[in-house]
Amino acid sequence: MPNLEHPAYPAAALLRLESLVPCRESQVSTLLSIFGERQHFSFPSIFIYGHTSSGKTYVIQTLLNTLQLPHVFVNCVEHFTSRLLLEEILIQLQNSSEPKQTSHVPCDTFNDFVRLFKQAIGAQDLQDQTLYVVLDRAEQLREMEANILPAFLRLQELTDRNVTVILLSEIVWEMFRPNTGCFEPFTLYFPDYSIGHLQKILSQNHPPEYSADFYAAYINILLGVFYMVCRDLKELQHLAALNFSKYCEPVVRGEAKERDTRKLWKNIEPHLKKAMQTVYLREISSSQWERLQRVEGEPGQLKGLSAHSHVELPYYSKFLLIAAYLASYNPVRTDKRFFLKHHGKIKKTNFMKKHEKTSNHLLGPKPFPLDRLLAILYSIVDNRVAPTANIFSQITSLVTLQLLSMVGNNDQLDGPRYKCTVSLDFIRSIAR
Amino acid sequence: AILQGCFVFKPSPKKRKASRETVEYFREGNSDAEDSELRFATCQSLWKQVKLETEQIEEELNKQLFDNLVNFLMRSHSEFQEKTTEWTCRMKSREIPTAALVLGVNVTDHDLTFRSLSEVLQNNVTPYIALLQAKDCPGIKHLMQKLLGQLMNCYIDVDSSEEEECEQISPNRIRCSMASLISWYESVTKKTDSETPGKKRNSSRHWQSPPVVVIFKDMESFTTKVLQDFVVISSQHIHELPLVLIFGIATSPMIIHSLLPHSVSSLLCIELFQSLSCKDHLSTIIDKVLLTTQFPLKLSEKVLQVLINIFLYHDFSVQNFIKGFQLCIVEHFYSHPLSILCCQLEEAKKRVSSLSQNQCENIRRLPSFRRYVESQASEKQIALLTADSFLKETVQKLLEDLNVYHENYFPVLRCLHVFTSSLPKYPLGKQIRELHCACLENRVWETEEYESSLQLARMLNKSDLVTMLQKCVEILVSSPGKEFDKIVEKLKEFLTQFQKLEEACQERDESVSSQKELQKKTDLYHLQKTLLELKESRRSKKLTKFEVLRFEIVDYIDSLVRNYLVPADHKTLHEIVYFNTASVLREHLNAAPRIALHTALNNPYSYLKTEALRSDGGSISNKAPDICIVYKLHLECGRLINLVDWLEAFSTVVMAVEGPAADAASSDQVDDVIHARFIRAVSELELLGFIKPSKQKTDHVARLTWGGC
Repeated sequence: MPNLEHPAYPAAALLRLESLVPCRESQVSTLLSIFGERQHFSFPSIFIYGHTSSGKTYVIQTLLNTLQLPHVFVNCVEHFTSRLLLEEILIQLQNSSEPKQTSHVPCDTFNDFVRLFKQAIGAQDLQDQTLYVVLDRAEQLREMEANILPAFLRLQELTDRNVTVILLSEIVWEMFRPNTGCFEPFTLYFPDYSIGHLQKILSQNHPPEYSADFYAAYINILLGVFYMVCRDLKELQHLAALNFSKYCEPVVRGEAKERDTRKLWKNIEPHLKKAMQTVYLREISSSQWERLQRVEGEPGQLKGLSAHSHVELPYYSKFLLIAAYLASYNPVRTDKRFFLKHHGKIKKTNFMKKHEKTSNHLLGPKPFPLDRLLAILYSIVDNRVAPTANIFSQITSLVTLQLLSMVGNNDQLDGPRYKCTVSLDFIRSIAR
Repeated sequence: AILQGCFVFKPSPKKRKASRETVEYFREGNSDAEDSELRFATCQSLWKQVKLETEQIEEELNKQLFDNLVNFLMRSHSEFQEKTTEWTCRMKSREIPTAALVLGVNVTDHDLTFRSLSEVLQNNVTPYIALLQAKDCPGIKHLMQKLLGQLMNCYIDVDSSEEEECEQISPNRIRCSMASLISWYESVTKKTDSETPGKKRNSSRHWQSPPVVVIFKDMESFTTKVLQDFVVISSQHIHELPLVLIFGIATSPMIIHSLLPHSVSSLLCIELFQSLSCKDHLSTIIDKVLLTTQFPLKLSEKVLQVLINIFLYHDFSVQNFIKGFQLCIVEHFYSHPLSILCCQLEEAKKRVSSLSQNQCENIRRLPSFRRYVESQASEKQIALLTADSFLKETVQKLLEDLNVYHENYFPVLRCLHVFTSSLPKYPLGKQIRELHCACLENRVWETEEYESSLQLARMLNKSDLVTMLQKCVEILVSSPGKEFDKIVEKLKEFLTQFQKLEEACQERDESVSSQKELQKKTDLYHLQKTLLELKESRRSKKLTKFEVLRFEIVDYIDSLVRNYLVPADHKTLHEIVYFNTASVLREHLNAAPRIALHTALNNPYSYLKTEALRSDGGSISNKAPDICIVYKLHLECGRLINLVDWLEAFSTVVMAVEGPAADAASSDQVDDVIHARFIRAVSELELLGFIKPSKQKTDHVARLTWGGC
């Protein structure tokens, strides 16, 4: 493991930084060498990418904070329009030295932004240091105006100030590159944490009442269960905190010692498996899970979200939905055979039919016109159905409930077409 | 637009203020405008009562759900406020507390539920509530705008002294970002903090930092992107802003998982809440509103059936059911001059004595009254038909009878329901409303279902019978009817008989065992013989005491039914309190636009009432409006219609009678006027959605409807 070394920063700060960013030392040292010293001009734009919770945001934040580098940190999801984004940068810039002074400056275009940005840098006395502008979730930039991303990439050049833009994203740079071409940023990849890394990071924050070894053993068991399905560090940490009290139970009751890993494992393993099926999938909420642990109840009595999948529908809505399903998954030419009383015999094309039957459900629902839906409805309902306004309004309400979906243009006169979006199981359950 | 219904959110019902105009509606266009003002007043007061009652019922029904929700909201953020230093709390990622509120598919009712929910929350938990609707939030920007607007306005509502200050920031001018929301929240909570000593009322209702509740009214209609972004944004600020989300779900909670990916749903701490099913809701409403003597107006079997069918077949909406009932009330009082007597008994008696001569004639014209007169002795008949004062007296008596009938009817109906609802396969229906309809329709004891249910009742076991009898006693004791003392006594007697029977039964057990001992001694042949004898005797044997008693009970119930559950239309003067024009109701509530349109175009006489249009059976008259001619011609065509042929046919029809004289002058060329009329008619049809221009063939239009409806 390379120790962090840099002549420009005090060794104590570097040491603290190293302890805060376990398993990311190499990336940090690369970044440090790009940053250079405070007054050095750095690379104009840096693009950092890596999978969810591979520590991008955390590493950059701790790096900038511990070394006390001047920076602006903006989340692009939160500031969903370019105007909000630019204004937020300016506000943070103004407040960095004197908070509580929010003079609101409208900033509509990038041109304005560059002008105001220069002013702000001048006002904040930042000429002799590199300013870092961090744009988290940078993939959102692509959905803003076309000039925003290229302009941020060469902000240094446009403002003629010592500034570096850092883009953080979960997707690769190739997905960003605009058609018109742009300045290529320096790209840096944060690889996923390996299981060893996860073990190390998770064990770091052990609860004060228990020893580090005890907690590390717990984390080991936890990873054994969850590593297959989840590598999200945050989620794992959350799960670890949720289930730790259960793990400690035998120790608290005095039935086992902290060293009895086998006994503890026997106690916790089924519990964790249950957690994987419920809490992890958000079938039941974590607070409900905690309450369950406290009262020692059977989790069976608390039904998850998917247990309530049955939907009660009005009589005709049921038939409409069934008709829609039939229309979506049956080819048009079989309608005559299925829904007419005196149909002509269809030539035996058994081979063809079999082929179709397998593929229809794989192909997904096909759109059908309203007329066909109604025709099938009339033939599957026993008694006569009057085409009343209520029937038609039910079709629309099925669309708003997302059980049907409207296909194509919304011109009502043009014969609307629908698709049935529910599964066969759902249809089976309402057809009962 | 014909192909498609318009849905579902009806404009809020117009406030029927007691202005002159509405009263005038009652008078106008009404052949017998007798006592219209009084009728209007009665109608209004009745509706007010009904409305109050239904609202109360709804409140009670929702209470459980709302209590749970309030508890959840109280709990959601208090945990974090209490123990922020603890290790587990530091380690756990902070999730946004979320209530998934499953309300059922009756979307029309949700509005009311949410309104009362936000009222409850405002009173108990927090003043900061935002209600969001999918149609207002096509993008995250609009959502934030709505959210900020509602939250900042709600602050004004709560604390009017701060009004001027807040109004300066109009929602258009503030930056719609989470940051401004947070700063607003901080300033607001700080203010209330500093004011707490002065304002005790506020602090007692809400604690120091009340949560901000965001309600998504129709989760299904929100786009995935908007929801995701909102959840992601707010999860980043959950430390500064105690946010709670409530998702209003119409279908099933699975929709959360289909709308939000795992990375987003893992930011939520979702708990499920389920409202009462709308069917139960309806049963309660029917039970409390229709099956009581509290409200004088009753619905006849057909009307009730129409309302229930609309509910079960079409919308599941309790609100619509109540609206339908409202329509019944209005229609009854509007169309029926004698409806002034449809009020509480004392008031009705008073009104009878002040009836006008015209109204007396109206009474005499009632079919049920005529039947009554015919059954009387001849002098009495003459008196009833000539002397108004005697008539009034009789009517008062009859109304009293009717009242007594109702007082007896409902408790006995409930008793019968106790019996029928526990029978296998429910021959008379599971719900009391089905039984009610069956009783109203005709004499229930003459139906096959009743016969079979009696058969089944005769096979009930003892414990069931006892519990049923006990239930019946309870029902009858709690009801106000005067004639029930005797019945209750009788039922209690049955119960004591059962007890006696139990004691006797034990004794008999002993005797049976002695018999067995006797049998043991005999040899095989004798045993066989005795067994055969035993069998014989059992077949012909008298019924056991229990069976006798059971028969007695069932017969007694049967007699009660025959006595008290006479269908209402056998009662004299039932027309006054029963609304029975189901056809009007059906026309209004279950409209068939396509059929109406077809009749209008196919048979214009039905709407225009011009004699000239009357004649035709199938032929096309040229006196009909142009659009009707065009429509009828187009019915004869296939999927694609040739415009030129259509025009030819049209001009032939129009010219046919207009003058054989002009025939000579007319050449192949179609008259310009006719051409113009044709084009206008065709474009009218296009506007109505029957045809549309087609690109498949030149000079052709495509039909959008099939058949003749």
